[in-house]
Amino acid sequence: MSGVRVLVGTHKGAFVMTSDAKRKQWDISGPHFTGWEVYHVKGSPADPNRLYASQNTSWFGQVIQRSNDGGKTWQAMEGKFAYDGEPGTHKWYDGTSRPFEFKRIWHLEPSLTDPDTVYAGAEDAALFRSTDGGQSWHELPALRQHSTAPNWAPGAGGMCLHTIILDPKHRDRMFVAISAAGAFRSDDAGKSWRPINRGLRSEGIPDPNAEVGHCVHRIAMNPSRPDVLFMQKHWDVMRTDDAGDSWREISGNLPSDFGFPIDVHPHEPETIYVVPIKSDSEHVPPDGKLRVYRSRTGGNEWEALTNGLPQSNCYVNILRDAMAVDSLDSAGIYFGTTGGQVYASADAGDSWNPIVRDLPAVLSVEVQTLA
Amino acid sequence: MIRVVLPPHLRNLAQVKGEVELEVKGKPTPQSVLDALETRYPVLRGTIRDQTTHERRALVRFFACEQDLSLDPPDRPLPEAVVTGNEPFLIIGAMAGG
Repeated sequence: MSGVRVLVGTHKGAFVMTSDAKRKQWDISGPHFTGWEVYHVKGSPADPNRLYASQNTSWFGQVIQRSNDGGKTWQAMEGKFAYDGEPGTHKWYDGTSRPFEFKRIWHLEPSLTDPDTVYAGAEDAALFRSTDGGQSWHELPALRQHSTAPNWAPGAGGMCLHTIILDPKHRDRMFVAISAAGAFRSDDAGKSWRPINRGLRSEGIPDPNAEVGHCVHRIAMNPSRPDVLFMQKHWDVMRTDDAGDSWREISGNLPSDFGFPIDVHPHEPETIYVVPIKSDSEHVPPDGKLRVYRSRTGGNEWEALTNGLPQSNCYVNILRDAMAVDSLDSAGIYFGTTGGQVYASADAGDSWNPIVRDLPAVLSVEVQTLA
Repeated sequence: MIRVVLPPHLRNLAQVKGEVELEVKGKPTPQSVLDALETRYPVLRGTIRDQTTHERRALVRFFACEQDLSLDPPDRPLPEAVVTGNEPFLIIGAMAGG
């Protein structure tokens, strides 16, 4: 019988939530790694019982956990993260140069085909890979050594590599995004990279052709059309139809085009989801109403999805990695809030129900569709 | 035998309960104790000190015999009471933040 497993990272641990295909009744386990920040938990597409989790505290640093049984038990990996060679420098907030310094792993992206291969996006921005199930990690240094890297600067949340997308059709192609450097693409499995930020416009960057400097919050792809990417930028919702060679704005009638997450319907590649947030200085939903916005036209025309979501006195945020879609016939959409709620829709966003309401602040949400 | 007390998060990570007892070769120092600790529990590498530079993490402190040893040179011999096992070497997560 089919079902789903929702993987939730929070400010104080990880939670695993399972349900059958109806997605009405949920079994919740956790917290795992209580007291640690869990930025991300994600399962292997090649083996759904293989999960990876990134746990971190300012006290004791970074640990990667691995589960071989769908999150029932976990094993801390011994491998650590070290930049390959000289760390080099990036720009600090005041414009001075500062050495790259490893702080944490924001995002884990397991290989599409090999459960033992997994990519990790770091702060300060770098891309790591493990080919032994997370036991050892090696940087793919070409990204951090890109000629633009000395000009990368951190966003307010740190200089994080938060998005990793593996192209299912072009085997050696991958996309990453860094706050606040922008988006990058590799066509040779990470040996070389090029910025893909043409068409992005950002207040504070006077040069419209600037190669880097854009605060990309999240990028999403429907695997059936890997050349089409959707981006929630600091401000502006964007799309590309040519794998990032050029971007155009699709914010349309959104009440605010500031936000963090973005995702694509699993079966309708022109249906996309965002959660507008009032502004970069306030980080709350407009008018105290928690509304997911859906476009069925690939952008520009958006409808508010409110059924089951609080429509008054709601001032939570939804962080960039805290939205996910399953691939059941009736598509499931999931997101978590900084107020500790995890909402699920089993009808592509038409109606919502909370899976749980009182978790620590949610940092990430992923979902696995189980056979 | 050197007795080491880990903070709760690191006890969970290393899957130990209570104190850890370590055999340390030569004159015990914070450095040699941590070397022995990380050899026995490799998962603790990087959680107490940087795994490359061996610098103590900023929010980790070392205590023994009611003394703060955090800022001592890592190769300074530990107090005799720690060496004889009468007192533990305490690794503490600094009280900082909520």
